[in-house]
Amino acid sequence: MNITAIRALIRNDLRLYRSDRRAVIVGILMPILIAAFFGYLFGQNSSDEEAGKVPIAVVDEDGSAITRAIITQIAGDSMLQVTPLAREAAREQVRKGTQQAAAIFPKGFGEQSVAALFTGRDKPHVELFVDPSQAMSSRLVQGMLAQYAMQEISKEAFNGAMGRQNLQQMLAELSTQPVTGQRRELMELMQSALRLNDLQAQGTAGDATRPALSIPYEVATTSVTASTGTPYNSFAHSFAGMSVQFILFAGIDAGIMLLLLRQRGLWQRIRAAPLGKGEFVLARMISTALISAFQITIIYLAAMLIFKVRIEGSLPGFVLVAGAFCLLNAAFGLMLATVGGSAPATRGIATMVMLLLVMMGGAWVPSFIFPQWLQGAAQFTPTHWAVNGLDAMTWRGLPFSEALLPAAVLSGTTLLCLAIAIWRFRWEE
Amino acid sequence: MASVTTGNMLEVMNLTRRYGARVAVDCISFNVQRGECVGLLGPNGAGKTSTLAMLSGIAAADSGQILVSGVEAGGAGMLALKRSVGLVPQDLALFDELSARFNLELFGGLQGLSGPVLEERVLSSLTLVGLAERAGDLVKTFSGGMKRRLNIAGALLHDPELMLLDEPTVGVDPQSRNAIFDNLEVLKRGGKTLLYTTHYMGEAERLCDRVLIMDHGRILADAPVQRLKADHGNLEQAFLHLTGRDLRDAEEGVK
Ligand SMILES: Nc1ncnc2c1ncn2[C@@H]1O[C@H](COP(=O)(O)OP(=O)(O)OP(=O)(O)O)[C@@H](O)[C@H]1O
Ligand SMILES: [Mg+2]
Repeated sequence: MNITAIRALIRNDLRLYRSDRRAVIVGILMPILIAAFFGYLFGQNSSDEEAGKVPIAVVDEDGSAITRAIITQIAGDSMLQVTPLAREAAREQVRKGTQQAAAIFPKGFGEQSVAALFTGRDKPHVELFVDPSQAMSSRLVQGMLAQYAMQEISKEAFNGAMGRQNLQQMLAELSTQPVTGQRRELMELMQSALRLNDLQAQGTAGDATRPALSIPYEVATTSVTASTGTPYNSFAHSFAGMSVQFILFAGIDAGIMLLLLRQRGLWQRIRAAPLGKGEFVLARMISTALISAFQITIIYLAAMLIFKVRIEGSLPGFVLVAGAFCLLNAAFGLMLATVGGSAPATRGIATMVMLLLVMMGGAWVPSFIFPQWLQGAAQFTPTHWAVNGLDAMTWRGLPFSEALLPAAVLSGTTLLCLAIAIWRFRWEE
Repeated sequence: MASVTTGNMLEVMNLTRRYGARVAVDCISFNVQRGECVGLLGPNGAGKTSTLAMLSGIAAADSGQILVSGVEAGGAGMLALKRSVGLVPQDLALFDELSARFNLELFGGLQGLSGPVLEERVLSSLTLVGLAERAGDLVKTFSGGMKRRLNIAGALLHDPELMLLDEPTVGVDPQSRNAIFDNLEVLKRGGKTLLYTTHYMGEAERLCDRVLIMDHGRILADAPVQRLKADHGNLEQAFLHLTGRDLRDAEEGVK
């Protein structure tokens, strides 16, 4: 084996890389910028205080105490930004996207809702206009409505004048009907509600709180990350995704460079040297992997120094996953150069495939928001394992053993690409 | 030429090369003696580059035999052939984005040179082609003539006995051509065996001991320059007489 020649080829590739300022900028600066952007974006949504409020409209056609109370509650919610509007204006603004949803309380809502609370019959309708591109917002609004309406309607039943009127009306209605066991219990429930209401009305309740039904629990959320108390750093995921994407870009570039090299006189000079295919392939593998390793090192250094990303898991595990990915990238570039046709066509197809893999791998948006079938398919993309492996070793804070499977999958793919590359590499002419 | 090293540097027997149905080199045979300078002349598409490709181990022959210093090329002999042959490709074979020195360091490294030996060979090769002063400059800042000279230097690093030069003077001005010529004469005086192709008959007259005239993959004449000049007046007349006056690019077809 001509070690001197291999070393000369590697050194030359590194010199070419160093002379190419564009490669350095695209391969290092771009991923840092984009990861910073994505990390900032996702970081916002994960904390309540900083999150952008969802703009919704409310239309109060009823104007009752109940609807006014519900709207006041909704307007006070930190996740919503509420604008009272007329029906047509609300529809128009949802259509334009100014409001993400509009809730309409029709005439009679207050009255009917108190009655329906006990009987379950003749429920009033709340109309909801939704922006179809904002499915999450419409669900959020429905959840909010359920919570606040329940609270305010029951409060009215137990405390308000309209509630008392309604209860009396229903009791009168029920007393004209034949008495069954169930009906008697219901009447007793209503009568005790009415007594409660009377106490409130006479101001003799002796208690400042006005009784109402409410959701009988509160949710305490804890982000499960490396160690309790360490806040989730959304930059950690975005840096994993973007370094994978832009290192693959560089891998494609390396492949294209080899394709172009083969069309130049230089190829003849290399072929005229006492050098075999194996030595050439080995040199290319090493030089491309070294360049990838350089990229990922600088990108993660920036992530750590500027964006406080930490390797909370195992450092050797991180190095293992990153190293396996760098080798995969080198083999991927080589394979491209051997199966590709013309340089522009190869670059186009490779970029498309690569972006698809990167997207499926969860580098852009976390893969858990994918539908089930897509999550299943993502398991077959090496990018998924690369991103997951880097995630595991950084913000998830998992031990070295969790790096083994990702590294093994990446290495298996490397061998596959390499086998194709060696098989298809035309060295003899 | 009084030389202690006698005998054949290169022996070629029945060498054939096809591209699909097209026969680029058609069963040619010739010898080149040690220290000799032989011109390989022929119109466009004659098969010159294809011949040099086989002699330098870049392309495999479909049939035939190549002996370099009596050793048959092919298999283990291929590496020996590559070590004793220096190829100057017809297309410039240089990295424009790197300096002249870095280019030559790669080419020397590919030949197995490293360390001080490599540095010494890089410097002496650059000196021979008159580019030592520009060693650190990027090749893309060089003129066409300088690139051609650097292209030659790229084949000199391992001090090969046999040099194959494919149109080393193409596309340069008369001054640069003279400079290249001086370089080749230095190499020739230094005892190198040269086989080189050119379309400039004057060059061949000036430098070569012998010429091979090739067309359609065959060798039409293999004779000392003096004899062809005596027979036809000058080399150009001999060339046109043997290869005809038709334009070549028009009849590029499958034979
Ligand atoms: N890679 C290739 N594929 C197909 N045909 C080829 C290839 N290389 C050369 N040929 C054909 O082989 C023949 C000889 O080509 P070659 O390049 O050896 O000629 P040449 O004498 O060097 O010509 P020139 O003076 O133009 O450089 C030509 O007909 C050419 O079209
Ligand atoms: Mg040619």
